[in-house]
Amino acid sequence: MAQAANGTLYRGREGMWSWVAHRISGLLLFLFLFAHVLDTALVRVSPDAYNQVMEAYKNPVVGIGEAGLVAAVIFHALNGLRIIAVDFWAKGPKYQRQLFWAVAIGFVVLFAPFAIRHLTIVFTH
Amino acid sequence: MSATTETNYHAGPDAVSAKKSRYRRVSKGRGNFELWSWVFMRASGILLLVLIFGHLFVNLMLGEGIHGIDFAFVAGKWSSPFWQTWDMLMLWLAELHGFNGVRTIINDYTEKDRTRWILKGLLVASALLVMVLGTLVIFTFDPCLDPSSTLSVCAR
Ligand code: HEM
Repeated sequence: MAQAANGTLYRGREGMWSWVAHRISGLLLFLFLFAHVLDTALVRVSPDAYNQVMEAYKNPVVGIGEAGLVAAVIFHALNGLRIIAVDFWAKGPKYQRQLFWAVAIGFVVLFAPFAIRHLTIVFTH
Repeated sequence: MSATTETNYHAGPDAVSAKKSRYRRVSKGRGNFELWSWVFMRASGILLLVLIFGHLFVNLMLGEGIHGIDFAFVAGKWSSPFWQTWDMLMLWLAELHGFNGVRTIINDYTEKDRTRWILKGLLVASALLVMVLGTLVIFTFDPCLDPSSTLSVCAR
């Protein structure tokens, strides 16, 4: 592993934690996709079957879970762009830490408006 | 790493260059599969970013947001070939991208061959189920199943 004067360059820092978060968010999204395709398949059973399940989802617990999933996909997508930049852009590896903070800012910019609107709907209906 | 393996300045005095070595370091049979799956992760990732952000914006930000999701909403979207195609592409790319990513995760953490093959078996089965069922649902869906539908395609 690459060593800097004051320790490792990678372990325990932005590079490692973004990798951990990328892996966990990817796995979570994959599991969600399975459930999401099965529940949407209910439209093929009957309008009532689908509407009943959608109605059952309309509560604060599921609503917060949905916000969590959107957070996961926004982080995974932006960090995915960071990974691509590190791989293909000549200066990517040098600026991987700065790119991580760009991901963090992009995350807040995209997630904040969504969370405000979504949670308002979830808690006022 | 230096490109000239013939004179490997970083290796010890007994080092043998890769070309002269008796050991085959390139495995036979798998071809470039891992390289293409690496390329696929990046290409599908960029397409998914557009497809998924578009999906979330139209379904959760426009209109009534999450509260507006019901049969009539799905019927409205899937009576259009544009959204059928969008959702089919998103389904296939997300499932294959996720499949490939989870395959890597399984390879990283399983130590016993048996555990690895059981998990990969479940992974293949679930990916096939999701892609086949999802595609059938998108294209055999009948938006007029709801008798009170107000869609113009359902007007008799
Ligand atoms: C929204 C756009 C997305 C982008 C830009 C994106 C990008 C990426 C990239 C660049 C990688 C790294 C591949 C590598 O290291 O070789 C990756 C890994 C992964 N992605 Fe995505 N992805 C996206 C959506 C998704 C979705 C929807 C899922 C779930 C179905 C998913 C699941 C995974 C998994 C499980 C991994 C493997 C993580 C690991 O090996 O640690 N991704 N993604």
